[in-house]
Amino acid sequence: MSEHRTTTEKPRLARQAMCDRLAMEFQDGWIVNLGVGMPTLCSNYVDPRKSLIFHSENGAIGYGPLASAETADRYLVNAGGQQVTAVPGMAIVHHADSFGLIRKGMVDVTVMGAYEVAENGDFANWRVPGRKGGGIGGAMDLAACAKRVFVALEHTTREGEPRLLKRCTLPITAPGVVKLVVTDLGLFELTPQGFKLREHAPGWTLDEIQALTGARLSAADDLREFRLRASREPR
Amino acid sequence: MKNKIYRTFDEAVADVPDGSVFMSPGFGGVGIPRNLLAAVNRQGAKGLTGISNNAGTVDAKVDVGTLIAAGQVKKMCCAFTATPHPSQVTAFVRMYNNGEVDAELIPQGTLAERIRAAAAGIGAFYTPASVGTELAEGKEHREIDGKVYVLEYPLHADYAFIRAWKADTFGNLQFRLTQRNFNPIMAMAARITIVEVENDIVPVGELDPDQVHVPGVYVDRLVRIPPDGIWD
Repeated sequence: MSEHRTTTEKPRLARQAMCDRLAMEFQDGWIVNLGVGMPTLCSNYVDPRKSLIFHSENGAIGYGPLASAETADRYLVNAGGQQVTAVPGMAIVHHADSFGLIRKGMVDVTVMGAYEVAENGDFANWRVPGRKGGGIGGAMDLAACAKRVFVALEHTTREGEPRLLKRCTLPITAPGVVKLVVTDLGLFELTPQGFKLREHAPGWTLDEIQALTGARLSAADDLREFRLRASREPR
Repeated sequence: MKNKIYRTFDEAVADVPDGSVFMSPGFGGVGIPRNLLAAVNRQGAKGLTGISNNAGTVDAKVDVGTLIAAGQVKKMCCAFTATPHPSQVTAFVRMYNNGEVDAELIPQGTLAERIRAAAAGIGAFYTPASVGTELAEGKEHREIDGKVYVLEYPLHADYAFIRAWKADTFGNLQFRLTQRNFNPIMAMAARITIVEVENDIVPVGELDPDQVHVPGVYVDRLVRIPPDGIWD
């Protein structure tokens, strides 16, 4: 979504490009759990060289792409309640077993949205200021137990405030777990020294991205332009 | 053998007293016992405590939110006490913000395991979920083999309202695809388990024992959903 950008700014990355980039990191055979909202776009990036197993909290292990009107089955939904397709080899378990799989550490990567990410690997995605209560869902279980936590979020708030910070201001979902962050300005790795910019959005410099970031950025030795889905890559 | 088959949802929930604790499964709009919840709404029991993944959605369908909106619920134990977007204001969110209903916010995996613990006679368990967050504050922590966990207790209930795909007259149950979600663990956790069934309730012996998701010993009451019942 780019509607809220200030008009004087250079173009930023689209949500699908952000999620494509995270999906490029997935490895053959990984069990992948995609959070509700933007992260589900990761499943639109299909690499025929890799076989992924999509897991959802409601107990579907190995489900397929979103269903069309013809293939929809109202008994089969993903974590966002979207109707998905069955693929050969899929298995169904109940909710406690589904989270047993998560807590055992079998999920290779979980991709989540967030309001804030901090340079110490904390992130916050369940409560916003001024609202009582929150929406945790399975985020705390996944964040604490998945092998890798990737986060996709807009680089700044609607008001232009940074979302990549020294420390989270909102209540966190899990401490010190985030490994990789994609924003509409680039790809960032979490290191003991904080955020390391690996890839920048086309036309954006490290200094320009730093100016919109609430923590110190370092540059990867091989800092490069953001990898986009090549036109020859399958849709 | 005691007859478990009830003719109507209203008869099946007639004895639910004020102040009961109930479990209501469902996830992503699938596997929700809408007919039984509608019957509890008509029956009018008050002061209820609900255990469910969420506290109702913005759609107009019958769910836990129907009981909340009617003032029948005093507390919810759930994984969502806010809607995904502030523009979505459910009856629960409005009443929670006004202090008219209480809530305990629980990570979804912890919620499921607390229900399973009740179903399995477990006194408590340690989980890594929520460690280092405000939800773990005040809870007993323990380091086991270098990893920190928090202690969580079972969630017990007086009633479970269950939605099943198939059942036999003894109460053996089957679910279809992600309809299963919280249904089996809630059916096995509650003191009294009441089931709405989508297909004709078959004689015992017709369900393959290897394909039973909830054994009938956990099930007390069964109602076949009639053609004019709530189907989606």
